[in-house]
Amino acid sequence: MRVLLIAGLGALALYPLVGSAFYLQLFAKIMLLAVFAMSLDLLVGFTGLVSLGHAAFFGLGAYTLMLLSPEYQAASIWLSLPVAVGVTAVAALVIGALVLRTSGVYFIMVTLAFAQMLYYFAIKSKALGGSDGAYIYVKPDAALLGWRPFDLGNRVHFYYVALVLLIGTYALLRTVLRSLFGHVILGIRANERRMGALGYPVFRYKLAAFVLAGAIAGVAGYLEAAQFGYVSPEFFGWQESGSVLMMVILGGVGTLFGPILGAFALTLLQDFLSDEAVFHGFHKHWLLPMGLFIVLAVLWLPRGIGGLALRGPRAVPETADD
Amino acid sequence: MADGYTFLIQILNGVQYGLLLFLVASGLTLVFGIMGVINLAHGSFYMMGAYLAFSLMELVGNLWLAILLGIPLSIAIGLALEALLFRRLYRRDHLDQVLLTYGLILIMEEVRSLLAGDDVHGIEVPKLLDFSIRLTDTLAYPVYRLVMSGICLGVAALMALVIQRTRLGMTIRAGADNREMVQLLGIDIGLVYRMVFAAGVALAALAGMIAAPVASVYPGMGNQILIISFVVVVIGGIGSIKGAFLGSLLIGLADTFGQVLAPEIAGVTVYMLMAAVLLWRPAGLFGRA
Repeated sequence: MRVLLIAGLGALALYPLVGSAFYLQLFAKIMLLAVFAMSLDLLVGFTGLVSLGHAAFFGLGAYTLMLLSPEYQAASIWLSLPVAVGVTAVAALVIGALVLRTSGVYFIMVTLAFAQMLYYFAIKSKALGGSDGAYIYVKPDAALLGWRPFDLGNRVHFYYVALVLLIGTYALLRTVLRSLFGHVILGIRANERRMGALGYPVFRYKLAAFVLAGAIAGVAGYLEAAQFGYVSPEFFGWQESGSVLMMVILGGVGTLFGPILGAFALTLLQDFLSDEAVFHGFHKHWLLPMGLFIVLAVLWLPRGIGGLALRGPRAVPETADD
Repeated sequence: MADGYTFLIQILNGVQYGLLLFLVASGLTLVFGIMGVINLAHGSFYMMGAYLAFSLMELVGNLWLAILLGIPLSIAIGLALEALLFRRLYRRDHLDQVLLTYGLILIMEEVRSLLAGDDVHGIEVPKLLDFSIRLTDTLAYPVYRLVMSGICLGVAALMALVIQRTRLGMTIRAGADNREMVQLLGIDIGLVYRMVFAAGVALAALAGMIAAPVASVYPGMGNQILIISFVVVVIGGIGSIKGAFLGSLLIGLADTFGQVLAPEIAGVTVYMLMAAVLLWRPAGLFGRA
């Protein structure tokens, strides 16, 4: 697996040498979605918390950048990004403290409901641009004391920023999962009651995982908003939460490479199915073959795409309660 | 809130919305409580009902006839989906259920788009009921909304009767408590599952059909009601019909009064109510912790 991973990352690093402008942009977007999906997998795959409202934090990161961007000037990335991380982390702390009182199927529904609450708030709020969303006319500026290490307006630079974020998130989560903290949350996934009996403050560990996942999702949302210079309530939408959960599950839940694989597979599949040149007119209905693909994948590929490459027991959380 | 009559109208609207929600949420809570399946596509059955009402109206020209034809059709669709897909989900974990039913939403939405198009449609209120009761010189209440509430109450009473007083109801209650035990006692649980699932589909579709004249028929109409139904189920407690009933009325009233009293945060009030209930009773009003 490690060989495949390094080969894949190497291919991604060299891609700008050959790739077209369109695919550079698409791949950068996919890498941001992969970061978003990895953060969700920290909850779903490693802590055993199936969240259907993870877009709440993705959207908050995006909207924070929009609010911090002066109309015709660039916001400093060194100022706005930490603020976005802070906002999403605090929001995850508050929402997490509420939703983590529930478990199992309640948790699925309640996380969805909270994301939906933010969605309606964004639609109603004039300051947030209402249902039309809002533009970010100038991308955040990376200048620091007269030195500008990269320019987000440059497509190739943006691509490498996304790649660095992808590798950084992978390394961060890998380190976290190998630490004592990581072992505790894996223990919670396996048997929450036993971890509690062993004296671990289970709630606080779950909350910490929730906050970390929320903050990472916020960074992904921040950069997604920067990439296209646009935010809309759809960032909070349940389609967003749903599709990122699809990436995690179809890619292979409970692994770090699975969500990356899922992000690439699903987005490229969507790109293919909605291609007018291939499907003449039917491309408008691309969600139909996508839906069929998802249904058939559940029935026939229970371990996700990543599971095809992996042998051994299925890496999924046990359901908390039935 | 000018006077008593305006207040009365808001109450009636809230109760009517709540009762409609109950038809959708009761199926959702039963399917989860008894079969252990979380069904994201439940809202799509509501949409399916509304579009069935619209298409059948074009054929037969009468809403009641359309509903009469639509219900057996929905039951048939429910049975087919159970046999094709849902039966395979009973022993899977929640993740698979979420994933598969999410895929089903996409499929149903596109099938709707292919068969009925993406336009918003209106359905006429039946002529016999197309009038309003005058309350004051300027205020009136449409009779059709009262009839809607009446239908929903009738269905709720029928459900209560079936669940509390019949042998089938007894099996359903037992199945919600302990599936394995019911099977061990020699009861064909598969048959119970099929009936409960088809009934849930029919209830959601019925809600869509009777709501069509007041709410109109539009793409994506199922998703909104699905999420509100989740809120109802969370407030009432999963698997509890009583909880779904109380939760629906609470949400209906909270939403209606939210629109009137605090329009700038309308749409958020129901979620605030949910958060408050969760703080107080994490397993819902009638749920078991």
